[in-house]
Amino acid sequence: MSKLVYLVPLFPLVGFLINGLARKSLSKSLTAIIGSGVILASFIVSVILFFNVKSGHTGVLKLFDFISIGSLEIPFAFQVDQLSSIFLLIITGVGFLIHVYSTAYMHEETSAHYARYFSYLNLFVFSMLLLVLGANYLIMFIGWEGVGLCSYLLIGYWFKNTDFNNAAKKAFIMNRIGDFGFLLAVFWMLQQFGTLNFGEIFGKAAGMKMNDMALVGITLLLFLGAAGKSAQIPLYTWLPDAMAGPTPVSALIHAATMVTAGIYMIARSNILYTLAPTTQGVVAVVGLATAIFAATIALKQNDIKKVLAYSTVSQLGYMFLGLGVGAYTGAVFHVMTHAFFKALLFLGAGSVIHAMHHEQDIRKMGGLKKYLPTTHWTFLVACIAIAGIPPLSGFFSKDEILAAAFSVNKIYWIIGVLGAVMTAFYMFRLYATTFLGKFRGTPDQEHHLHESPKAMTWPLIVLAILSVVAGFAGIPTVLGGTHQLANFLSPVFAGSVALQHAPHLDHSTEYLLMGISAGVAALTILYAVSRFSKKPDMQDAAGLGKVLENKWYVDELYDAVVVKPLRRISVLLNNVVEKLGIDGMVNGVGKLVNYSGRQLRLLQNGQVGAYILMMVVAALVLFIIQLFVL
Amino acid sequence: MNPNDVLITFPELLIWFPLLSGLAAFFLAKGDSAKRWAVISSLITVAIVAASFFFTDKNYFHFNNVSYVWMPSIGSSFALMYDGMGRMLCLLTALAFPLAFLATYNTNYLKSNNFYGLMLLSQAGLMGVFCAMDALVFYFFWELAIIPIYFLASQWGGEKRIQATFKFFVYTFAASLLLMVGIIYVYLHTPDSSFALSSFLKAKLPPGQEKLVFWLFLAAFAVKMPLFPFHTWQPDTYEQSAAPVTMILSGVMVKMGVFALIRWLIPVFPYATGLFTNVVIGLSVAGMVYASCIAWVQDDLKRLVAYSSIVHVGLMCAAIFARHQSGIEGVMLQMFNHGINIIGLWIVVELIEKHFGTRKISELGGIASSSPVLTVFLVIIALANIALPLTNAFVGEFLMFNGLFQYGIWTTAIALTTIILSAVYTLNMVQKVFYGSTNSLTASGAGMVKGSAVAALTVVVIIILLLGVYPKLLSDLTKDTVNVFMNRLMGL
Amino acid sequence: MTINHYIFLSVALFCIGIIGVLTRRNVIIIFMCVELMLNAVNLLLVAFSKMHYLAASTFDAATKAGTDAQLFVFFIMVVAAAEVSVGLAIIVMMYRNTHSIDVNFLNRLKH
Repeated sequence: MSKLVYLVPLFPLVGFLINGLARKSLSKSLTAIIGSGVILASFIVSVILFFNVKSGHTGVLKLFDFISIGSLEIPFAFQVDQLSSIFLLIITGVGFLIHVYSTAYMHEETSAHYARYFSYLNLFVFSMLLLVLGANYLIMFIGWEGVGLCSYLLIGYWFKNTDFNNAAKKAFIMNRIGDFGFLLAVFWMLQQFGTLNFGEIFGKAAGMKMNDMALVGITLLLFLGAAGKSAQIPLYTWLPDAMAGPTPVSALIHAATMVTAGIYMIARSNILYTLAPTTQGVVAVVGLATAIFAATIALKQNDIKKVLAYSTVSQLGYMFLGLGVGAYTGAVFHVMTHAFFKALLFLGAGSVIHAMHHEQDIRKMGGLKKYLPTTHWTFLVACIAIAGIPPLSGFFSKDEILAAAFSVNKIYWIIGVLGAVMTAFYMFRLYATTFLGKFRGTPDQEHHLHESPKAMTWPLIVLAILSVVAGFAGIPTVLGGTHQLANFLSPVFAGSVALQHAPHLDHSTEYLLMGISAGVAALTILYAVSRFSKKPDMQDAAGLGKVLENKWYVDELYDAVVVKPLRRISVLLNNVVEKLGIDGMVNGVGKLVNYSGRQLRLLQNGQVGAYILMMVVAALVLFIIQLFVL
Repeated sequence: MNPNDVLITFPELLIWFPLLSGLAAFFLAKGDSAKRWAVISSLITVAIVAASFFFTDKNYFHFNNVSYVWMPSIGSSFALMYDGMGRMLCLLTALAFPLAFLATYNTNYLKSNNFYGLMLLSQAGLMGVFCAMDALVFYFFWELAIIPIYFLASQWGGEKRIQATFKFFVYTFAASLLLMVGIIYVYLHTPDSSFALSSFLKAKLPPGQEKLVFWLFLAAFAVKMPLFPFHTWQPDTYEQSAAPVTMILSGVMVKMGVFALIRWLIPVFPYATGLFTNVVIGLSVAGMVYASCIAWVQDDLKRLVAYSSIVHVGLMCAAIFARHQSGIEGVMLQMFNHGINIIGLWIVVELIEKHFGTRKISELGGIASSSPVLTVFLVIIALANIALPLTNAFVGEFLMFNGLFQYGIWTTAIALTTIILSAVYTLNMVQKVFYGSTNSLTASGAGMVKGSAVAALTVVVIIILLLGVYPKLLSDLTKDTVNVFMNRLMGL
Repeated sequence: MTINHYIFLSVALFCIGIIGVLTRRNVIIIFMCVELMLNAVNLLLVAFSKMHYLAASTFDAATKAGTDAQLFVFFIMVVAAAEVSVGLAIIVMMYRNTHSIDVNFLNRLKH
């Protein structure tokens, strides 16, 4: 049955081709049916595959030889196992919901652009499926770059807007910096292991000693790639700007799926990371720093999507913290729950933006609770889930990561909880400012406020249910569960688990940790709701708040330190080295010849006597040379 | 099969056919007849190459190899071989000309009979270069390919074409003379006083002299590729030449230099190659980064493409000198793919210049609104130019970087920064020319891409995607050549 | 008479010719000086030929050594005659056109 795996990416590809090639002739409803239908088909196949995997049928399916040169064999092959099947479900499932949502959200577009939108979205799902299905790093890289491309195309979907284009370009270039690391790691692996197939590499790596130079180098470079794709320090700045794209795109690509590719890649390569504790330390510290740093920025943002974007960066930081402390299952678990509640948040925000006619500033909203009841309730569920209140899904996954962090280093845990408190604060600041209090927009806007159509609310409801129940897939043993997800994934992480010997926490400590994190989060929520529901902060911030509102001026810093100097050097190279230096030298040779010709021409003065004199002098000189020199 | 049963071999056919049809084209002075003749002739050439792919088997040896006595007194024979690499480059040459002709079919060149005649002569020369197995024959065709370009570049093109051509002429002519001196020098040291490649491989030069002669050859090839810092003729010539000439120059002629490195330079001078590997790779990698930076600040589309071509060629050169099997195979793929991609880029640039009358990036913008078709083509070709996976250039670049990695990790890291820089300048260009809102100039873009140009661009895009998904089509073709090359290096 | 006398004489004649060519502006004088130089060479050729023959004939009475030099002299005379005819024709044409036989008039060829 796993032979069917090629169908999973094939459906979206077909959808992309139909929508892309026939975009001028398709009606909107047909486009919507094709665009969403192919994803539904993929989802169905994914479900079948999931149950197959569950009953133990994993394997690698080789389609054809992609590269085969001498000893270098890189097949175009798909790998179906526990990890990829989980991701397949997330991608196609959430993807399908977001496609359905998009059919209504994008309805104002002309039919050609509507088809273009769905073709890009289908292409994205195709690339993302390649990424998680690839059985070697090269196929993974193909998907990796493909999702980057689709992200670029979709951020710049409204291509007439220069700011959006800049955001798209920035996203692609930041990702390319990550790709630089990824590719270098791939070459290193080829040199070290002679293959790129996951199975063979992990087998060979298992025999290497801890912190081997090559392993540390490879894993660090791979992490650079992951940092680019999953928006970690120092490459995170593209993700908030990426909110320029349509909101469903932000939900699908920049929250639920693409940005988690880095986590998938490291989880896939878990054995390499477990064998390189140095890198793990780096991953944990970078993840934690990103989590807290992005959370501080989110505290002061007033754009509904920007808050969610920084929240995504912050949550991704938690996942990397999980990977860094060896809690691979926890990271994947958080990817899953985060996909649900963050997609829900973005779609809810989209619903709000839709109702507010493309107003994104939360200071101009307020009191939307009574106008958008479904959106409000689902949004609230997602906020509670992300804040980590039991028994919603975010609590379980975040707690698993924090518990693992505590067992490795208690400072990690303290900072992590601090971040969780900030998360609760900014999420409920957002919620209270948007949905509670009085409406602060124009009367005209108020007149037009309406709940979104069914195609948009149904995905919200489904995702809300998932956000509530997804946590039950991973109830830890301490709470009397069996952690089904961990059991399911255990074959993938078996190698790492065997090598890890983290001290096991006793139950009382775990209860304490859970209690503290859930308790402070709950208190923060109460504080934030009571503070912001009545009088939201409308003034422009001052002091530290202003720094936070301006995102610590990181963009400005990068611009001043990297972009501008590079640009200046390039202009210098062009104007001085190229034009005056190299070309100047070439032209100089030409000019020299020209000049000497002009000077020599003076000898030809037309005086017969002078010619004869020259002749005689030359004859004499030759004569003298003949006599005395030779 | 008996050699006498073979009426004519493929390499001969590929040289004689364009040569004769080119000469015939000179006499077709009436109206469009020369243009039509050139298109038909170049399509027939494609058919010949296509047919030759059915005769790759060893049994058909005599269809693919030929050797006549040419100048027995000096030991030169008219020897041609049609191996995998030659086959691939002949295919590129055969494809490039009809693409160039079709893309500019709506342009009427003055004295079109001379124009198309010279183009076809140049095609014959190119075919000869890629098949020659004798140094003198090689040199002869090398010149046959270049000399028509002097006339083409100086007679048809922009305002400053004379200056540009003069620069081009001085560069290439100086390079050719150095090559001539080098060839004669090696010839004098061959054991059997012959110009054949096989004798050149046996030539024993004293190490000190081998170093010097190596540079004579390398200078000639480096100018043609062009390798930094011998590149300044290129942006000027590309900028000033007529579009088909630019396409041929950058799409195919550049490959002459790369090809010659693999077929002639490195096998003949293995010792000196080893000695100067660091220098050449250093120059190539420095040139890559340098040209990327410069491409970023260009305001002229043609110059931007020209500098991006220097980046790609720099990588090819570095990968060749790294002398690793996967790198060489990557060079093979990239020679073909770069040719296709850059021709595609030139077609787009030409359409823009033709329609809007400018190539200045700062004056354009918003073409995506007025001509979505062109934008789709451009985006795909631009993505191939930055080697996105599943476009044709990716596998080639991947293999080349992999080959370079065996030489040194830091060198590779520096060279790899160009994948970031290339994204910067390419996306910058795409954004400024195609995205944003239209201005008074670009609002009139509707219907700017017509029949023949669409056909040419479609062919380019199909090749890009086909070879991107299934690169084995090409890599199988050139596998043997790579093995021969590697064995030669290993055997020493 | 040793060869030296001949050499001195012809060198003297040759130098007079050169100086004449260099210093005079009258084309006819220049022309005569060129003839003088040619004849200086002729004289030298004949002298060497004679000396060479004398030296060789002491060993071999039937030798023909040196005779070819005399042959050259005839060539030179013939060429000089042809040159005179062409040269004088040019001078006549020049006079007709410019009413002068000053050689510096010819610098107009430059333009």
